[in-house]
Amino acid sequence: MDLIQKNLLEQIAGLHEIPEGAYNIRANGQSAGRNSTAHIEIVTKTDGKSGIDIKIQPGTKKESVHIPVVLSQSGLKESVYNDFFIGEDCDITIVAGCGIHNCGVDMSEHSGIHTFYVGKNSRVRYIEKHYGEGDGRGENVMNPSTVIHLDEGAYMEMDTMQIKGIDSTVRTTRADLAADATLVIREKIMTHGTQTAKTDFEVDMNGAGSSANVISRSVAKESSHQIFLSRINGNNQCAGHTECDAIIMDAASVSAIPELTANHVEANLIHEAAIGKIAGEQLIKLMTLGLTEKEAEEQIVNGFLK
Amino acid sequence: MLELKHISYEVEEQNSNVAILRDISLTIEDKFVAVTGPNGGGKSTLAKVIAGILTPTSGQILFDGEDITGQDITERAKKGISFAFQQPVRFKGLTVRDLLTMAYGRKTSVSEICEVLSEVGLCARDYVNREVNASLSGGELKRIEIAMIIARGTKLSVFDEPEAGIDLWSFNNLIRVFEKLHEDVQGSILIISHQERILNIADKIVMIADGRLEAEGSKDEILPKLLNAPSACKVLTDKL
Repeated sequence: MDLIQKNLLEQIAGLHEIPEGAYNIRANGQSAGRNSTAHIEIVTKTDGKSGIDIKIQPGTKKESVHIPVVLSQSGLKESVYNDFFIGEDCDITIVAGCGIHNCGVDMSEHSGIHTFYVGKNSRVRYIEKHYGEGDGRGENVMNPSTVIHLDEGAYMEMDTMQIKGIDSTVRTTRADLAADATLVIREKIMTHGTQTAKTDFEVDMNGAGSSANVISRSVAKESSHQIFLSRINGNNQCAGHTECDAIIMDAASVSAIPELTANHVEANLIHEAAIGKIAGEQLIKLMTLGLTEKEAEEQIVNGFLK
Repeated sequence: MLELKHISYEVEEQNSNVAILRDISLTIEDKFVAVTGPNGGGKSTLAKVIAGILTPTSGQILFDGEDITGQDITERAKKGISFAFQQPVRFKGLTVRDLLTMAYGRKTSVSEICEVLSEVGLCARDYVNREVNASLSGGELKRIEIAMIIARGTKLSVFDEPEAGIDLWSFNNLIRVFEKLHEDVQGSILIISHQERILNIADKIVMIADGRLEAEGSKDEILPKLLNAPSACKVLTDKL
């Protein structure tokens, strides 16, 4: 891997070197390294699609899987299918992410479709970061899709982040939950320039005692545009909460579109949304500590997305 | 140190100008200055004019002899003016530690932050990484606000009703905080307050009512006037 790719890797996965545990590193459409462990097997898909299957044996605890993707070749377009088969009673951390460095004039595009089959009573922490850079005029496009199937009693936490450099993104997440399953999604997005970001969550709570919490915090700067769609369907006795909290600056715009459907009398669903500029009194407070208005703004935005 | 010369502040309301501050001239040199007076009399407005949050319609503000009337909040903060809000601001995402680090204006050690938090009666371990958001109570926020002023340690510290929302235990502590702040910095502390106990420790009391400077002087001169004000209810004033 060259320096640009290493830098991307650090941005998205915090990796300086080869990670411990199971991993698969994909660089410019090719595998740049792979490691399976005793409990986690990573194999190339054989059904003609590009991507990998990650098979995690039941009872695997305290292990991690890293599957970062980096693109540094301008104009590369790819769709990658990664399927995770997680057995029962596991406790694992999965770190994914995609970094694009585009110094050319052509559009680079990565569409990652991640599907999770989480077994009974397993716990999964899934971290996903998206990052783009480049000095060329070529656009960086990323369309991550996440499909989550939680079996009974399964718990999944998903942290998804897109802080810089992605010109256009459509982020789709679909989830279905069996009895007593819990899903927590935390999304952080910052857009600037003329970027657009669309987030589309849909969660079906099918089992009794299931719960979902979808929280989005975003900052839209300059002329960027964001749409936040969040659909929560309560099909059984369940609890669902969705929250969109956005700061808009300059000439940016943000739409938050919640949709709650209760198909069961014991479904308890809540939606909260707040969009607005940085409160004047927050700026004033930090200025009385000696910060300039611009420094105050940076601190508030960084804190908000931390 | 701080000199206000003929400060007036007006706002436009329904096409006519309403005076909030009327020709206030005041010098602040003493250790503790308490500003008191009825609600809506202009005390908080005066504090905001000093901090640079509001610009006076007319008049001049001198700080250590320098005219700072045209300077913004940041410049005044850097010159050595601190301001504790009456209603502290909440921040989603910023922690107590973040705010205190900004108040110190430099890299700080955890022990420094812990020390300043314990001065305001907060157990550092429980608070240092807490977000300054809606999960904190009004009293907790107030103490963090005061901790920021201690951390800054500037020549002039302005507190807008610091006792509001603080329980009795910490009230005594609050006065100790003011004492220590003065010892450490040798500056002036200006406190807007209605509390007799705070007025009692003041070297100078300034009374503002209806936008005017009604009286200023030592506590022995001013306190009796305040307590014998004709509008005060006699049944209660007798108990004082």
